[in-house]
Amino acid sequence: MSLIKSSLARKYVMALSGLFLVTFLILHVTINLASVFSPDFFNEASHFMGYNPIVQFLMQPILIAGVIVHFVMGFVLEIQNKKARNVGYVKYKGSANAPWVSRNMIYSGLVILAFLALHFYDFWIHEMAYKYVEANPEDPTRYYHETVEKFAPFWRTILYVVSFVLLSLHLWHGFASSFQSMGANNKYTVGFTKFAKIFAVVVPLAFAFIALYHHLNPITH
Amino acid sequence: MKLYLKIWRQKDASTPGKIVDYTLDGVEGDMSFLEMLDILNEELVSKGEEPVEFDHDCREGICGTCSLQINGEPHGPDRLVTTCQLHMRKFNDGDTIVIEPFRATAFPVIKDLIVDRSAFDRIQQAGGYISVNTSGNTIDANSIPINKHAADEAMDAATCIGCGACVAACKNASAMLFTSAKVSQFALLPQGQVEATERVQNMVRQMDLEGFGNCTNTGACEVECPKGISLTNIARMNREYLSATLKG
Ligand code: HEM
Ligand code: SF4
Ligand code: FES
Repeated sequence: MSLIKSSLARKYVMALSGLFLVTFLILHVTINLASVFSPDFFNEASHFMGYNPIVQFLMQPILIAGVIVHFVMGFVLEIQNKKARNVGYVKYKGSANAPWVSRNMIYSGLVILAFLALHFYDFWIHEMAYKYVEANPEDPTRYYHETVEKFAPFWRTILYVVSFVLLSLHLWHGFASSFQSMGANNKYTVGFTKFAKIFAVVVPLAFAFIALYHHLNPITH
Repeated sequence: MKLYLKIWRQKDASTPGKIVDYTLDGVEGDMSFLEMLDILNEELVSKGEEPVEFDHDCREGICGTCSLQINGEPHGPDRLVTTCQLHMRKFNDGDTIVIEPFRATAFPVIKDLIVDRSAFDRIQQAGGYISVNTSGNTIDANSIPINKHAADEAMDAATCIGCGACVAACKNASAMLFTSAKVSQFALLPQGQVEATERVQNMVRQMDLEGFGNCTNTGACEVECPKGISLTNIARMNREYLSATLKG
C-alpha cells in the first residue's frame, strides 16, 4: 500500500494496467475480425471464450479488475493533479508546449468508460443473462448472427465508431507514454513511439470497420 | 513600442489578488523583459504608486531566480531562455501581455509576481548530496575514471537552475523534471552510487509531500525548460525509483 502512496508508484499502476488493456485489445480485435472474414471461426472462438472456465472465471475477472484499477487510478491522479494548482492561470497556453491528446487523457478516458458501460450492457449482461439466469442450453452457432444484429441500429453503430476515435486518441498518447512511466526511454524510443502511434490508429480503425461492416451488411433471411 | 500589460497584483499571501491593466510606451526591442518591467516600475514610483514586485538576481540566465508566466507560458514565448534573457523584440507594438506568477499549490504567492519556491530547496535537501570526506584528505574527483557519455549526461542534468518553469508549464504542476534532473546528476556518476537507493526515495517522497502533481508525460516541461532538461531524466528517475523500491 505504501507503494501506491507515492506519485511514481501510481504511475506504474496506470502504465501497467494500461498496457494490460492494450494486450487485451489485440486479442479482442483479432477475434472480432473473424466475424467479418470467417463467421464459423468467430462462432468457435466466441463459444470457447464463453464456456472455457479459465477464460470465464480467471481471465474475465482479471480483465474487469484491470479496467477498474485503471480508471479509478485515472480519477485519483486527476483529482490530485487539480489540487496541485489551487489557483489557476488567467492565461494558460497549453497548446504551446504539449499535444492536445496528452492534456485530455481524462476526457478520452471518460468517453471510453461511457462506451464500456454501453458495451457491457450490449454483450456482457446479455451473455450473463443468457447463460446463468435464463440457463439456456449451449448454442455454438448463435454468436455471429447475434453480433451482426447488434449493429443494425444506426445509433449504436455511430456511438461505437465515435468511441473508437476517442480510443485512438487515448492510445496515441497512452501507449508510448506507459513505457516512459515504467522508465523505458532509450535508443528504441523514437521507433517504438512510431509503432505505438500506428497501433493507436490501426486497431481502433479495425474495430470501427467491423461495426460499420455489420451495419451495412445485415443478415438477410 | 507601446504595450498593454495585464499584471497580477497581490498584496500578500493572504490577500486575494487581481489582474491590473497598465499601458507602457517607449519600450525598445533590445530591452529584456525585466528591463521593460523596470521602466514600468519607475513610472509607477514617480506617480507615487507601489511598484510591481518580481524576482530576479543574475539577469543572465544562470541563477534561476526570475520567473513569470508570460502570455500563458513560463519565461515567455521564446525557447531555451529565462525571463531575464527574453528580448522585447519577441513582441510587437500594440501587443497585450498577460503577466502572472508561476502557479502551483506548492509555490504560494508571496507578493505580486513573486512565489515561494523553497519547496525545491527541501527536495534538494532530502537527497541531492553525496558523502565525501572533506576533512583534509579529499580525493581528487579526476582520480575516478568516468565514461564520457555518462559525464556529459550528468553535466546536462546538472545545468538545471531550479527556476520552476517545468512546474509552471505542467498542467498538473508536477515537479518531476526538476526532481529527476537532481536525481540524475548523481545517479549517473560513481560518487552518487553510495546513497543511490535512499536518494531517489527521499527526494520523491519530499516532492509528493510538497503537493506537486503527477506526471502525465505531456512533455510541456521539456519544451519550456530554459536549460533544455530532457524527459529522459524523468524516465531515469522512474527506473531508479522502481529498482530502489524492489530492493526495499
Ligand atoms: C475505462 C476508461 C478509462 C479511463 C477513465 C482512462 C483514463 C486514463 C487517464 C486519466 C490516463 C492518464 C493518466 C496520467 O498519466 O495522468 C490514462 C492513461 C493510459 N490509458 Fe487509459 N483510461 C481508460 C481506458 C483505457 C483503455 C481501454 C486503454 C487501453 C486499451 C487505456 C490505456 C491507457 C494507457 C496505455 C495509458 C498510459 C499510461 C501512462 O501514461 O503511463 N485506457 N488513462
Ligand atoms: S528542469 Fe528546467 S524548468 Fe525545471 S527547474 Fe530545472 S531549469 Fe527550471
Ligand atoms: S535573473 Fe538569474 S536566471 Fe533570470
